Amino acid sequence: MATLTAGFADPVLAAQATFRAVMDATARPGTVVPVIDTVAAPPPLAAATAAVALTLVDGDTPVWLDPRLAAGPEVAAWLRFHTGAPLVDRPADAAFAILADPASAPPFEHFSIGTLDDPDRSATLILQVERFDDGAPLVLSGPGIADRATLRVAPLPPDMVARLTANRALFPRGVDLILTAGHAVAALPRSVMPVMER
Amino acid sequence: MNAPAYNFAYLDEQTKRMIRRAILKAIAIPGYQVPFASREMPMPYGWGTGGVQVTAAILGPADVLKVIDQGSDDTTNAVSIRKFFGRTAGVRTTTHTTEATVIQTRHRVPETPLKAGQILVYQVPIPEPLRFLEPRETETRRMHALEEYGLVHVKLYEDIARHGHIATTYAYPVKVAGRYVMDPSPIPKFDNPKLSNSDALQLFGAGREKRIYAIPPHTAVVSLDFEDHPFEQWRHPASCALCGDDASFLDEVITDDRGGRMFVCSDTDHCESRRAAPSQPTVQDAEVARG
Repeated sequence: MATLTAGFADPVLAAQATFRAVMDATARPGTVVPVIDTVAAPPPLAAATAAVALTLVDGDTPVWLDPRLAAGPEVAAWLRFHTGAPLVDRPADAAFAILADPASAPPFEHFSIGTLDDPDRSATLILQVERFDDGAPLVLSGPGIADRATLRVAPLPPDMVARLTANRALFPRGVDLILTAGHAVAALPRSVMPVMER
Repeated sequence: MNAPAYNFAYLDEQTKRMIRRAILKAIAIPGYQVPFASREMPMPYGWGTGGVQVTAAILGPADVLKVIDQGSDDTTNAVSIRKFFGRTAGVRTTTHTTEATVIQTRHRVPETPLKAGQILVYQVPIPEPLRFLEPRETETRRMHALEEYGLVHVKLYEDIARHGHIATTYAYPVKVAGRYVMDPSPIPKFDNPKLSNSDALQLFGAGREKRIYAIPPHTAVVSLDFEDHPFEQWRHPASCALCGDDASFLDEVITDDRGGRMFVCSDTDHCESRRAAPSQPTVQDAEVARG
């Protein structure tokens, strides 16, 4: 078996700092927040993706990996060792889904969207993208946004605006998205509404 | 043994992860009460265990913590929680609203407007705004699911029928982002307008009732009312006896057993800052009313 790379150098403070980055990003959708404490995760898992996973995932949260991450055994072994999270085969069973190939993400409604009584029992999707300064601008409004926020992300599913609109229409149900690229994170919680540019 | 017997900020890492996941869901669904596995804390329920757990889950070594109890920095609850985190997390503490990055509060919103980057953590005794109207959790959960909030308006209407005005003065129900009716915790309704479109993130923790909820920054929070009985802020029609402020929320202080009383700012930091500022006129003793 291949050698496992380490987790956070300081698990307590690094998880706290990473959580605050994710919380800031979620509270202000469209804002790109740097992730300082990153880890050397097995490729294709990027540094920020791995840091977010170590911060939020544990034995209580089933994780689904997209085909690109599940292609080799390294990512699964690394996640199992550092988080103890059970890995599941069906997207619907996952509390967290980690995707390294967001352009070919399954439809969001294949993941758990929660129920009207318990909308919090829904999946969080960690979409690992390549950059936050490229791609078609997503213009957003909603809680956490003063007026309009613009976020550029590449790559994304080609029908991303339609997906976000459909996800918002399910509110209070729906999936929450955390986007990671390199050493930064952004978030698109279910409360965001894409604004159609005319 | 010299090693501390507990983790940074007291809670273990698995508990923090569970609370952090609940906080993220709470922010994503503004006003919705996310159930969480509230832990036993080294203080009794009712002393702010919900707020303490939220604070412990978000706090980092670079944070500056302020704790207020009914606006005051120097009451037992505020002092003990400030000391608790000073000791278990080694964070810097302050009484100045403008210096703090995390403010834990029991039943007040600071007078000084909060800025982006600040986080206000409320201690919540009863998070369910429908609880006194419908005791069954299964039913209130359904009512939130179906957005069935007629009963709250009936309660406010009964106030009007009985008293001629909406007599609810604290824990005044609000609607968050046009969807969930939420209990803002027992803050005076004077503070309700500060919840709306705040620059700061607001988190609510109820320890005994095991719920966490949130209002993201820049989120519309509307106090429920009627067209012909609109929501009204209320404060004692007086000015502070110490700093002279005639716009802040005032506490009534009984000064003797012959009906003597004075009004002072409930927000001690606000009052002290005003008195420390050289340009502010002081109205010492001017407002002491004899009955």
